Amino acid sequence: MKLWQHGLALCVMATTLPACAVEFNQFQANKSALSFVSKQMNVPVEGQFKSFRGKIAFDPAKPAAAKAEFEIDLASIDAGSKDANDEVATKAWFDTKAFPIAKFTATSVKPLGNNRYEVAGKMSIKGRTLDLITPVTLRQEGNSASFEGSLVLKRADYAIGEGMWADFGTVANEVQIKFRLVAIAAAAASAK
Amino acid sequence: MSLGSTTRYTGVAIGLHWLIAFAIVGTFALGLYMHELPLSPQKLKLYSWHKWAGVTIFLCVVLRLAWRFSHRAPELPAAMPAWQRKVAEATHVLLYLLMFAVPLSGWLMSSAKGFQTVWFGVLPLPDLLGKNKELGDLLQEVHELLNFSMAALVVAHLGAALKHHFVDRDDVLSRMLPLAGKTNLGEMK
Repeated sequence: MKLWQHGLALCVMATTLPACAVEFNQFQANKSALSFVSKQMNVPVEGQFKSFRGKIAFDPAKPAAAKAEFEIDLASIDAGSKDANDEVATKAWFDTKAFPIAKFTATSVKPLGNNRYEVAGKMSIKGRTLDLITPVTLRQEGNSASFEGSLVLKRADYAIGEGMWADFGTVANEVQIKFRLVAIAAAAASAK
Repeated sequence: MSLGSTTRYTGVAIGLHWLIAFAIVGTFALGLYMHELPLSPQKLKLYSWHKWAGVTIFLCVVLRLAWRFSHRAPELPAAMPAWQRKVAEATHVLLYLLMFAVPLSGWLMSSAKGFQTVWFGVLPLPDLLGKNKELGDLLQEVHELLNFSMAALVVAHLGAALKHHFVDRDDVLSRMLPLAGKTNLGEMK
């Protein structure tokens, strides 16, 4: 009981005591989701990636020091149908054999207030690495934090859909990406 | 003019009949052709066109049926035996049912397969069903079965019209022809 009160007192002072700060650093892939909406002939088609890994170290008190890195297994795509899944693995699209993994590494996190952040980083797909900026909303629940956001990625920037697919008349260039990335605070978890 | 003495279909009925007829044949042929194609932008385009055509046909059939209810169709020739009248009526009822059921099954199939129908790429139709692969495959079978049933009925319908024209030599076909004017077959010959 005394120990618990001690812990609480310490965490109330979290802002002044960096050692007690909550850091969300255990990425929970099974609670996270990475989906996208592409437009074919102006028809929105939903898809998702089922397999991805990540490392997060995020302390709400020190967002600038945050670190995040994710790897997505491109072969785990569900692009809406079996035909589409087979197609997007080919050279014209992700060329999954040669480039099996897409990678995002955060380089800066800027607080925008109200649990909103602007995350900038490097996105690598199909051998191309480009700067990417996305808004992220943080939702904290107990010792778990959910980072949610959505951004528009232009497929042509990464040569996704070449040759006969390069024209945007059928499959639009803009692809809406939606993510929900969950991490728990290991320190709080071990205190239980 | 008394409605009972009508010998020809109205211009609107004739126009809708032939518009729908050619649209159905074209959309049916497109459906047969497109579904075996390997995935390509062309295939995505053809699928969209097929779905747009289906929605358009559905709306034309609604108009056609509304017109039919408000404008009596010409009487069948007095010489036609009762069984032929019954078969003719049943064929027409079935054709109307299928003209509704075929596009409806296509729409539901699209929804179940996770591809919404967006009419002319502008107007999204609501998805009445959620994405469900098994249901999508089942509805594909239903769509196909309904289509081949309709194709069989269209062939019967066409055969009957030609039989009336060339064997019975009555005005059953000519009263639905846009260019036959006010004359019947006897006067044309």
